[in-house]
Amino acid sequence: MAKTKVLERKPLTFAEKTFIPQIIGGLKTTFGTMLKKGVTLQYPEERPVIPNNYRGVPTLVKDPNGREKCVSCQLCEFVCPPKAIRITPGEIDAEAEPDRAHVEKAPKEFDINMLRCIYCGLCQEVCPEEAIFLQDIFSLSGYSREEMVNNKAKLYELGGTLPDKHLKWDKKKAAESAGNAH
Amino acid sequence: MEIKNIVENITINIDGQDVDVPKGTNIIEAVKMVGKGKEVPHYCYHPKLSIAGNCRMCMVEMGMPMRDRATGEAILDDDGTQKIGWMPKPTIGCATNAAPGMHIRTNSEMVKESRNGVTEFLLINHPLDCPICDQAGECRLQEFSAEHGRGYSRFTEEKNVKPKRTKLGPRVTLDDERCILCSRCVRFSKEIANDDVLGFVDRGTYSTLTCYPGKELEHNYSLNTVDICPVGALTSTDFRFKMRVWFLKRTHSICTESSVGANTEIWSREGKIYRVTPRRNDAVNDTWMTDSGRGLFKSIDADDRLTHYTIDGVHKTPTQAAVAAAELLKAGDAALIGSAHSSVEEQFYYKAIADRSSAKVALVSHYDSADGILQSEDRTPNLRGALVTGLIDSLPEAELSAIAREINSGAVKTLFVVNEDVTKLGIPADALSQVKVIYVGTHANETSQGAAVVLPSLSVFEKDGTFINQSFRLQRFKAAVPGPSGVTSDFSVLEQVAASLNDEKPAAITIDVAWEYIAKSISQFEDSLRWRGIPDEGLALDAKAFLDIPFVETKNLKFDPVAFKEAHATPAGA
Repeated sequence: MAKTKVLERKPLTFAEKTFIPQIIGGLKTTFGTMLKKGVTLQYPEERPVIPNNYRGVPTLVKDPNGREKCVSCQLCEFVCPPKAIRITPGEIDAEAEPDRAHVEKAPKEFDINMLRCIYCGLCQEVCPEEAIFLQDIFSLSGYSREEMVNNKAKLYELGGTLPDKHLKWDKKKAAESAGNAH
Repeated sequence: MEIKNIVENITINIDGQDVDVPKGTNIIEAVKMVGKGKEVPHYCYHPKLSIAGNCRMCMVEMGMPMRDRATGEAILDDDGTQKIGWMPKPTIGCATNAAPGMHIRTNSEMVKESRNGVTEFLLINHPLDCPICDQAGECRLQEFSAEHGRGYSRFTEEKNVKPKRTKLGPRVTLDDERCILCSRCVRFSKEIANDDVLGFVDRGTYSTLTCYPGKELEHNYSLNTVDICPVGALTSTDFRFKMRVWFLKRTHSICTESSVGANTEIWSREGKIYRVTPRRNDAVNDTWMTDSGRGLFKSIDADDRLTHYTIDGVHKTPTQAAVAAAELLKAGDAALIGSAHSSVEEQFYYKAIADRSSAKVALVSHYDSADGILQSEDRTPNLRGALVTGLIDSLPEAELSAIAREINSGAVKTLFVVNEDVTKLGIPADALSQVKVIYVGTHANETSQGAAVVLPSLSVFEKDGTFINQSFRLQRFKAAVPGPSGVTSDFSVLEQVAASLNDEKPAAITIDVAWEYIAKSISQFEDSLRWRGIPDEGLALDAKAFLDIPFVETKNLKFDPVAFKEAHATPAGA
């Protein structure tokens, strides 16, 4: 059995009995902190600064010309670990949108179930068209399950427009109209 | 007694390993025989087409054992083995036939370098639009670029522009930029479909696949060009942009279009069928199937699909409907209109029901013109099944006026109809209204509308079963998608009808249980044969008992009635 060592409690000194040194010590900390810059964020009135590589809610983006970038290749649907993404591919109507007919393919429907999404960012990584990005939205709530499924319109509304280095489909169209050099 | 092989085997050496291959085998097939997934990459070679040798992807190194030219003596190496004289340059595997003692290297530095070179040149003008290309996931160019490509392009010039989104025919869309000029589609149209519509125009890198002026790629085999296209140049207009292939589940099935019984693969996802493609079976359909057979799956989502068991139009449970059907049959004076669209299992039960209710059995023939390839005169998949199960013993009539006369004379009071609209087959609606009708079928029609009992049945895509094709080959198909909710498999409902007729308790029937009965009672099947035991390539049955029946099929791709009769009339081994 372990031996219990009984410590002798020393009697309080006079200064300790008045509690004054302790009160002063406490107030020192209080006043010291009061004069410093605060560290607490007054959420939700105040919002944190989100770093660029933050992985928030996945969104669909448009190119600087306002065109839809997603071509519904369904790689994100394939790679998505919790199967949150569901795409119905569709064909671009060449008569309705002649300036986009050369892209041929676009999503008819694009749903991301945010109740399933685990914010892993694999969809962004796999996207060959740089159309899906996990941006800075981090708080998401809803009153029903249906509300938590982001459809195509909502995804574009959240995503907005991002700069595009390649504009590959514009180049493709330019080449098509220029024809062969012979 | 030793069975002599008609084809002589020779030994060749592939990557240091001796392999026995039949004489005349080319190197691509020989390497495939090594197994272990070993393959010579190739684009233009197709086992069922003539050899073009234009893609240059299947380069291998070849050498022959050396002999002294003057004396013919073998030249030996230092270690005493015969020296191999390697060719200075690689050769294409598809057009090189195996010769005794031939040595092949499929993975040497020279071979790798030539493959990389070919891949680089093929990619020079390739648009690399895999994200919008339907072939992605089953594209040979995509696979070999990953395997043999360099991963980046050294080509800084402009790529060629060629026609995109071209309609080659009613069912095929062409993207010429993706074409690698392998000419498989050209050769297929000429050699198999006998409609030489495709060809290349222009020269060099500007070569373009087009149809002969004023013609279209519209023959009934046009979608096979889509299947054999190694890249995404030819795509199916119907399947275009519907679903990526990596999501689709493949199920082995049999085409129901005609008695050819082409082997197929059903591509489905989450209970929805997206496309049907042929499955290779050298004894039935090689690697082809008709376009018309590929569209048959669309009827399973039709609005007029029968989805409920009904008695006099009121929804009932399967058991109630089966018992009601049995009660009607028990009254006697019944006739059963069977169907050559039913599977062997169902026909077995129809036979049992007909026997137990002593009903007359009639089938209706569905004949049409044949194309001599994979569409035969008999447009039912399982007429031979009806003969083998004993449902009928002679060929069916074209219509049912005999039954109609018996209805009018009062000899038939109950009509059990399987999947036929008898009002279009010689039994007028007023005659039909005189009898009680039990209807088993997939879709509603005029016969089912007036039926006393309706038993909805599953389509070929939704059930397990077997068909027997024109050459008495027993072929198995599997359920690819679930049927309409609440509809159970046909043979379990038919078992309930059959059991009620005998006042027995119906057994819980699965396809395995059903086959225990079937194998026992049908002499053409071995007693130990089970549905699961039928090989994927089918099982040739003994057709001796049926050789005198004047079947309507004429010669087509893999079936010659005259030769078939001769082969089966003489006993095996003679």
